[in-house]
Amino acid sequence: MNAPVTEAELQAWVDARLPPARRAAVDAYLARHPDQAARLAAYRAQNADLRALFDPVLDEAVPPALAAVPRAPQPGRWPLPLRLAAMLALMLGGGAGGWLLRGAAAPALQVADNAAALPRRAALAHAVYTPEVRHPVEVGADQQAHLVAWLSKRLGAPLKPPQLDKLGYALEGGRLLPGQSGPVAQFMYRDGNGVRLTLYVSTEQTHNRDTAFRFAQEGEVGVFYWIDGRFGYALSGDLDKTALATLANAVYAQLEPN
Amino acid sequence: MQHDDSAALVACLPRLRRYARALLGARDEADDLVQDTMARGWDKLSSWRRGTDMRAWLFGIMHNLHVDRLRSAPPPAAPIEDALPLAAPAGDAAAGRLALRDLDSALRQLPPEQREVLLLVALEELRYEEVAAALDIPLGTVMSRLSRGRERLRLLMEGQPLPSPLKVIK
Repeated sequence: MNAPVTEAELQAWVDARLPPARRAAVDAYLARHPDQAARLAAYRAQNADLRALFDPVLDEAVPPALAAVPRAPQPGRWPLPLRLAAMLALMLGGGAGGWLLRGAAAPALQVADNAAALPRRAALAHAVYTPEVRHPVEVGADQQAHLVAWLSKRLGAPLKPPQLDKLGYALEGGRLLPGQSGPVAQFMYRDGNGVRLTLYVSTEQTHNRDTAFRFAQEGEVGVFYWIDGRFGYALSGDLDKTALATLANAVYAQLEPN
Repeated sequence: MQHDDSAALVACLPRLRRYARALLGARDEADDLVQDTMARGWDKLSSWRRGTDMRAWLFGIMHNLHVDRLRSAPPPAAPIEDALPLAAPAGDAAAGRLALRDLDSALRQLPPEQREVLLLVALEELRYEEVAAALDIPLGTVMSRLSRGRERLRLLMEGQPLPSPLKVIK
């Protein structure tokens, strides 16, 4: 009978969360106000009805996709953030450090969206076409003049495949692929044992920020990539990082305009 | 142990699904929200403070995702399938089941912020302080939303006129 009963206390009464010290006061209040007692009774019925309505969900089989435990380095149900995080770690860690061929590295975040898409697309194209036995390329190296003219025309820029024969890789040919917003070119190389390398060339780097060499591991495929003006280059292969780096250096040296 | 935390997270799934279903109504939409919540939960598992209720923590994550969705894509005012049960003729042996369907429809007509509080209290039986923490609102706001949500739901179920307009067109 001391403090007046509040609306919050009435709500707590509905949920049986009223402190014991206040129960008598609230009960007495409700005895005097049957309309309030009826209102609270309706709220208690709501609680029971809500559970009756939705408790059956508890007994439903949980869809396996929801219960799947993501494994950290493995692209699973939520691949992208994990993979991006892994890539970023590589870029920030030792990965890029030794390969600064051009002055200062461009701010990583500024080119992140475009630059991050480049190695992924390159690795995908590599994985799709390198196992091809009969049609690894659209135009073979035997028609090199045609290959150069064709790809240069379609990409709207003079394009010449680097020669890697001295490092044991012969040009097999090239093909045209869809990029993010236009065509990209893929050149394929092969060594004496049949191991293939691909060089992916895109002309859609709208940020126009040059970057240093970067390395990304996309599954089995290692990718060295860099951006030079509107050109993005990515050299992919199932090689160890050092071997791939040597080849990437050779590619870079030949692409460097004079 | 990391492993125990993971197991605890998975163990929360049935109740997360129940709450999401009550919050959103449609099963697919609800499971989408649960999936996003789990993904965020795995990401942030290390930030969960052991000794606190993991469910309340997950409800907080789900709330934030839900608010983001409401902001980015306001849902249609009244999905057709939700409006139908109200129009169905009443008065047969299945009156009890019909009443529950009415409850579902009425729940859809609560403002989302009142629905969230009501469900966390009535269905999930969280303490008021836990609801305040999960939704990041003051305790007083929890109590007033709870009070208004319950009263609105009661009036809807009784077919009485509501104190304020239900839907704002445009």
